[in-house]
Amino acid sequence: MTETLHIDWTRCDGRGLCTELLTPLLGRDDWGYPLVRQAGGGGRGNVDIDDEYAGAAREAVQLCPKLALSISNQAPGVRDRRRPRTSR
Amino acid sequence: MDNALWAFGRVSGIISLLLFTGTVLLGILTRSGRPLLRIPRFSVALVHRNIALLATVFLILHVGTLILDSYANLNLVDVVVPFLGSFKPFWQGLGTVAFDLLVAVVATSLLRHRIGQRAFRAVHWFSYAMWPIALAHAIGNGTNGTSPWFLLLSVGSLAVVGAALLWRVSANFLETAKTRQGGLA
Amino acid sequence: MTPLTLGPTATAKLRGPTVTHRLFAAGNHAGLDAHVEAFGALATHDIDGTFIDAVESAGLTGRGGAFFASWRKIAATGSARAGTPFSATPFSAKPVVIANGAEGEPLSFKDKTLLAHAPHLVIDGLLAVARAVAAGQVFIYAGSTSIPAVERALAERPEARRIRVVEAPHTFIAGEAGAVVNRIANGIALPFDHRSRLSDSGLKGRPTLVFNVETLAHLALIARYGPAWFRTEGSDRDPGTRLLSVSGPAGQQVLEVAGDLRLGEVLASAAVDLATVQAVMVGGYHGRWVGPLDYQLSPTGPEGLTVQPGAGVVHVLHTSQCGLEATARIVGYLANESAKQCGPCMFGLPVMARVMNALAHGGCDPRLVGELDRLSHLVTGRGACHHPDGTAQLVGSALGTFADDVKAHVAGNCTKTTRRWHD
Repeated sequence: MTETLHIDWTRCDGRGLCTELLTPLLGRDDWGYPLVRQAGGGGRGNVDIDDEYAGAAREAVQLCPKLALSISNQAPGVRDRRRPRTSR
Repeated sequence: MDNALWAFGRVSGIISLLLFTGTVLLGILTRSGRPLLRIPRFSVALVHRNIALLATVFLILHVGTLILDSYANLNLVDVVVPFLGSFKPFWQGLGTVAFDLLVAVVATSLLRHRIGQRAFRAVHWFSYAMWPIALAHAIGNGTNGTSPWFLLLSVGSLAVVGAALLWRVSANFLETAKTRQGGLA
Repeated sequence: MTPLTLGPTATAKLRGPTVTHRLFAAGNHAGLDAHVEAFGALATHDIDGTFIDAVESAGLTGRGGAFFASWRKIAATGSARAGTPFSATPFSAKPVVIANGAEGEPLSFKDKTLLAHAPHLVIDGLLAVARAVAAGQVFIYAGSTSIPAVERALAERPEARRIRVVEAPHTFIAGEAGAVVNRIANGIALPFDHRSRLSDSGLKGRPTLVFNVETLAHLALIARYGPAWFRTEGSDRDPGTRLLSVSGPAGQQVLEVAGDLRLGEVLASAAVDLATVQAVMVGGYHGRWVGPLDYQLSPTGPEGLTVQPGAGVVHVLHTSQCGLEATARIVGYLANESAKQCGPCMFGLPVMARVMNALAHGGCDPRLVGELDRLSHLVTGRGACHHPDGTAQLVGSALGTFADDVKAHVAGNCTKTTRRWHD
């Protein structure tokens, strides 16, 4: 099953860990933020993850210093329980 | 047997402190977003975590052996509540404070995905307090605390951590600082 | 048809065959009596599931800029509720309906005007939708200038007592749907990251509908007069009427026009001298510059022939003005109005503004255009809201519509202001 790695841009600080773990899928822009090399169905904040990269994607979610990444399969509406953050 | 416990208790304390020094340095490096020479960022983050956990293990051994050791005369309350010890209560209390802070930092780190980034970060700042308190405890309480070799080691550690802190607050600390300040890449 | 004077910010010159007169039919600052006299009373208690069918037949699309089919939005909440595990929906999972009257865009004032003069129509529409989806909570979200009129209108209607009024700050992005929900939930009018649609999980996880106030006013009329009446104006692809905030050298006014109208006719109805029009910004700061006036204003239709009206902003650039300078000013403003939450927007927009400024004011470097293209591509689609996307769209349209000026600027002079930077 294809999974999607979702980038929460409001949390992302462009530290670059995910781009190292998923170099074939993610580059970095001028300011260090992850740049999806091939946009999937969900636009440029979502990366389609094949089985090949499933493990690396999970590590990226675990290690992201800003907790900006999450994985879901493509069924819409299944979302983590995080509420909108309340301040910067 | 008591002598062995006593010796191990002291050595494990020193090892733990040295590992925490490394942890702080790697933590600052991780925050900068930079890789360490050829070691990628995620590896630096993992090494930071693993050294911290190793240091915690040595700290538990340090505290555990000294509870078992009759000479140190440490009880369970002293492990958690500072400044009640029978021997050098102030200096021993600093160790207790550092231990309490560490428990909070480690627990929130392990539960980071549960408790969220804000709580994690707020508690993680205590690392900057925990390290110098632990060092002061080692100097004031340790049998070798004021031996020249240990003082030299302490001064060296302070210099390195101090330099890292200066770098931490400098303008170009972040890997991406230049482009984000508006300089064209 | 009697001419209507609309508030201090806008004078409507409602005349000519292209101008319709639906939403403001009750007159200036219409109270409940005038409202009921003009439109008749709406028995919101009789609203049921067939209302969604009526809205579908009417073909109404959102007037806040996204053109989402209104019936689909209402129906989505219904299905979101059907998906909950308990058939007897607990109060906590009941849908939320929000009337969005926040209008942070400086060139937009049609929603303020509507709330000032026809608040009861908006309330009718809000109550009708709330009834159709069995809403648990109902809100009106609007800027401080609109709130007194809204509260006065609410006070006249006991059945509207459950509607809560929330003040929108005067920032550009305060009206973005996510920001609306975040403001009501947490007091912070900033967009937030949401993977699921708000109609599935919005305010405190409840299915949430955010409707532009003008959309609700049209819904109130559809509930009364039916879809066939609604479609007597406009075209098949853009039925009904829409409000436009028309601005430019000739001042500001709110017009209500039929859907799918030609831009030239819109400006003629607004009494703009077409000979003085160099270009028109349609859809506002997140919209597009267009040159020739034979574009049709419609949410759908072939590119090059139609232009999307967005939230209804039509801004005229006089022939004596420089489009690149105007765009540079706007991009600077938009960069400043970034919520500064998402990196590509926070850092990308200021760089875009700087490059655009250089191009507008004699940067004389042909690489500036390529850099703008590159930056536009870099920021598009990479944020929690569409602020960077809209900015990039405006810049792209400026480079196309003012292509001659771009060439001239790069060569060292400006054709519009007869300014020269290099000899």
